[in-house]
Amino acid sequence: MHDIVKEAANFINLDTMTILYLFGVGFVGGLVSGFIGSGGAFVLTPAMMSLGVPALVAVASNMCHKFPKALIGAMKRAKYGQVDVKLGIVLGISAEAGVLFGAQIQENIKKAYGDAGSNLYVSVAFVVILAVVGGFVMMDALKTYRAGTQHEEEKTSKLALWVQSIQIPGTMVYFKSMNAKISVLFTIPLGFATGILAATIAVGGFIGVPSMIYVMGVPSMMASATELVIAFVMGLGGSFKYAMHGLVDIRLAMIILCGSLFGIQLGAMGTTYVKPFVIKLVMGVIMMIVLVSRGLMIPVYLSQLSLITPLADPTMKALKNVSFAIMGIALVTGAGIVLHAMWKGRREERLSLASAKEGLIHG
Amino acid sequence: MGSSTANKKKPYIKALLFGVVSVAIYAVLLTRQEDINANFARGGAYALLPIATAFLFSIVHGNFTGLFWSVMGIEASKKKGGH
Repeated sequence: MHDIVKEAANFINLDTMTILYLFGVGFVGGLVSGFIGSGGAFVLTPAMMSLGVPALVAVASNMCHKFPKALIGAMKRAKYGQVDVKLGIVLGISAEAGVLFGAQIQENIKKAYGDAGSNLYVSVAFVVILAVVGGFVMMDALKTYRAGTQHEEEKTSKLALWVQSIQIPGTMVYFKSMNAKISVLFTIPLGFATGILAATIAVGGFIGVPSMIYVMGVPSMMASATELVIAFVMGLGGSFKYAMHGLVDIRLAMIILCGSLFGIQLGAMGTTYVKPFVIKLVMGVIMMIVLVSRGLMIPVYLSQLSLITPLADPTMKALKNVSFAIMGIALVTGAGIVLHAMWKGRREERLSLASAKEGLIHG
Repeated sequence: MGSSTANKKKPYIKALLFGVVSVAIYAVLLTRQEDINANFARGGAYALLPIATAFLFSIVHGNFTGLFWSVMGIEASKKKGGH
């Protein structure tokens, strides 16, 4: 606990520029979260660290902004009938257990291989998961777009239909988002995996949302909204744990929250203007760009572990900066697609309202 | 925004009220930083302080941001549940 006390005493000084920077990153992160249910943490934590915030304080403060943000986002999207609270709570609680397990794995790796080993593990996990899951989500969104079926209702995947067909007595629970009963023996491991991932790469939604869509058969609009309930449950538990060790810098958390609540309201409203495949598209695009960003860091950690010919310091610094910049680009690109889709949807709605009115006048 | 939105009365007073309270709590947070840091990061049972603060800010500022976009004329799609 000595280190923790030392870290807590290291809370940074806040000047106007820092406040505006955190507000801005919070806003963009909130916008994306409101739309796809997660996102932002992968930029927010390094963004705080770039200001001199110790890693643990950055993770803790990010978590403490995440749960109130997710609460507001979930409440907003519940108004549009997009949230399955029961599923969110079941997955959220199992994810919490996954977080504890994931944190233990992290700790063991850190003990055995040091900081570089732990960073390498995180980056490799990022790259593998994003390549597999992100690639699948992206391909599905593009397939829907190319087939011109984006106006049709989403089809439940074969895997989800199979999962829903398995009847295990005593474990079946009805979820409104699937309009079906599903065994908790499926939901618990999926929630647990989400938690492990959240503890490892800080973005549980990158597996939570696709698993709800493709494994359980939840429509993407409801999956992205229900992810906010999971984020709330996990964020609340995690924040409490970190706060018990005095690691939360509430000023940082609340300043980011200030921007992110503006963003999350807008992102949540944005979902009502778009076709479900846009959710998958935004998620897929962000995952693909983050994949490149994390991939660039792998040689740095391999070099630090002396597993490859050591890289020169300027090269390592350049790779780190480019990697961070690409993560920022991922978030801004996601936000750009959200705003564009919302603007387009609003314009179409205005035009159809205007023509309906004209029809009434002339009819 | 559709014309129906423009015709609807915007929640100016409610937005102003939540806005004032939101500014006030942020002002307290930024002007009392030293006291807050000293007490909120003590750990143990003091963990309740940052958690309660996060809930307070989310309710006040969350309401304000929702009302802010309404006042700006940005609302959800009129079609039920979007598309």
